[in-house]
Amino acid sequence: MTLDEILYSLFPQGHDVEKNDRGLVRGSGALAGGGRVQVLGVVDRTPIGADEALQLSEWVLDVIALGGSEPILILVDSDSQRMSKRDELLGLNEYLAHLAKALIHADLQGHATVGLLFGHTAAGAFIATALATRTLVALPGAQPEVMDLPSMSRVTKLPIEILMEKAKSTPVFAPGLENLAQTGAVCAIWNDKRSLADQLQVLLHERRAHRDQRDALGKLRNGRPKAADIQDRVRELALQAQ
Amino acid sequence: MSAAPIAKRDAEAEAQGKAASWYEASARERVRLFLDVHSFQEFIGPEQREISPHLRIFNLPEQFDDGMIVGQGLLEGQTVFVAAQEGRFMGGAFGEVHGAKLTGLLRAVRDAKSIPLLILFDTGGVRLQEANAGELAIAEIMRALIEARTAGAKVIGLIGGRAGCYGGGGLIAGCCSALAVSEHGRISVSGPEVIETNRGVEEFDSKDRALVWRTMGGKHRRLIGGAEMFMDDTIDSFRAVAIQLCRCASAFDTAVLQSEQMRLKQRLRQFGFCPDALDIWRSQGIENSDAVPDMAADDFIALANRIREPRYDAR
Repeated sequence: MTLDEILYSLFPQGHDVEKNDRGLVRGSGALAGGGRVQVLGVVDRTPIGADEALQLSEWVLDVIALGGSEPILILVDSDSQRMSKRDELLGLNEYLAHLAKALIHADLQGHATVGLLFGHTAAGAFIATALATRTLVALPGAQPEVMDLPSMSRVTKLPIEILMEKAKSTPVFAPGLENLAQTGAVCAIWNDKRSLADQLQVLLHERRAHRDQRDALGKLRNGRPKAADIQDRVRELALQAQ
Repeated sequence: MSAAPIAKRDAEAEAQGKAASWYEASARERVRLFLDVHSFQEFIGPEQREISPHLRIFNLPEQFDDGMIVGQGLLEGQTVFVAAQEGRFMGGAFGEVHGAKLTGLLRAVRDAKSIPLLILFDTGGVRLQEANAGELAIAEIMRALIEARTAGAKVIGLIGGRAGCYGGGGLIAGCCSALAVSEHGRISVSGPEVIETNRGVEEFDSKDRALVWRTMGGKHRRLIGGAEMFMDDTIDSFRAVAIQLCRCASAFDTAVLQSEQMRLKQRLRQFGFCPDALDIWRSQGIENSDAVPDMAADDFIALANRIREPRYDAR
C-alpha cells in the first residue's frame, strides 16, 4: 500500500497528515469513534540521521506538551540510521536515543503509542521508531531487518554465501517480517484487504497491559526460547536480595 | 535492605585496583576490583550455564554467562546494581540471554526505585548471529531503562572497554541518567567498517585509526557533551567517577526531555557544518586542537572542564 492509500484507509473521515521534503510526515487523523490520533512518521525509505531524529522528537514533545491522551501513530518506511561521518561526529546515538525516550515517555504519560511498519526499516532507525512504541503492527510485505547481509558479512567475517544459506533456515538471525514477529517484536500483522481504521480502532480499544509484553510473545511464538524466563529470574533474584 | 556491615576495600585490593587498566581487565575483574571488596553477588552466574541457544547454529563456542554479568554489590557502602559486558566474548554483543539479563535487572531497578544501576558497557552492538533477538533485546532494555528512571532510579553508564559502545549499545547509553567515558571508550551507532562498507572509503576510512578515535572516542564525546565525565583508564578512576555520578545524575521527566531537545538542537546549530572533530574543537576555542588526542588525562580533564561544564539536567 502507498502512504496515501494507508492514510485513506486509516482515516476515512479525514486527516491533515502531510509529508515534508525530507521524507517525514506529521499531522493528525479523525477516529471513527470520535477523537483524533496524532500521526508522525518517516517514509520513502529515508535514513534517520541526527536532523530527522531531532525533528521527530520535537513533534513527540509537542504532543506531550499539549497534554490529554491522544494516541500517537508512527508510520515507518525508513532506511537504517544515516551512516555518515557527520552524523557520528555529532553523536547520532544521542539523537536516536532521545527520539526513543520521547516516544516511551509519551506512552508512559498516557499517549498510547502505536507503530505501523509498512515498508522497510533497519538497525538503529528501527530501534528509535517502531521498536520504541508500545504496540508495533505491520502490513504484509513490510521489510524490517537488523542489518543488510553485506554489512553483516563484513562484521561477522562470514562469507555472504554462507549467510544467505543460513538466512533461509535460521529465523532468529535472518531479515524479514515473519522472523521478527516470531521474536515478539511485531505484535500483529494487519490485513491490508480490510479497513485499517477498524483494525486501529480494535487495537486502541483493547486494554493493553502497561508493561512490556514482547518477552512473553516471543516465548509463545517460539522465537525467543529463553529471554522471558531469564528476565523474570533475574528480576526476582535482584528483588529478593534486598 | 539488609543491615550488612559495610565492607570497605582492603589495602591489597586498593593497590591492585589503582594499578589495573580498565581497558585491559576482563568484565569479572572490573566488577571485582571496582566494588567494595567481597561485596559482589551475581544473579544467574556462570555455574548455571545459561548459554545462548543460537550460537551452535554457527558452530561458535558458547560462554556460560553469555558475556553478561549482572548482580549487586556495595560502592562505598551503598548498595548498587551492576551489569558488566565482556567485550572479549563475541565483541560484547547483545544476544537473547545476554540482553535478557540486563532487562530483568532493569525491571528490578524499576521496582526497587531507589537503588542505582551501573552499566559497564563493552559492546559492538547487536550480536548478528542472533540479530532479531538481539535487536529486540536492545528495545526492551531501553523501555525498561526509561521505566526505571521514571520510577526515580539512576542508571549510570561507564564506557572504556575494548569493544567500545557501538550500535544499539550506543542507543542504550544515550538513555542513561549520566555517562562517563575514558579515552578508549568509543561511542557510536554505525561502526567504522559499516560506514565504509555502505558509503565507501571516501566517506569514512576505517583503517585511519586517528580518524576513528577523534570522531567516536571518549575525548570528543566529552567535549561535545555526549558524556558528562572523562576519566583516566584505571579501575580506581572509574570507581571514583561512578560514586560521583550516583550523586549528581539527573531525574527523568518531561522537562529533562525538553532540555535535551534544546541541547541537541544547539549542537546541530553549532557544529553541524564542521567537517571534522578538529574543526569542532577549534570552534569551541581550543586553539591547539591537534594536540588534544595525545593530551594526558589530567590535562584533558582540566581543558574539558574549562570548555564545557558537565550538565546533569538534559539527558
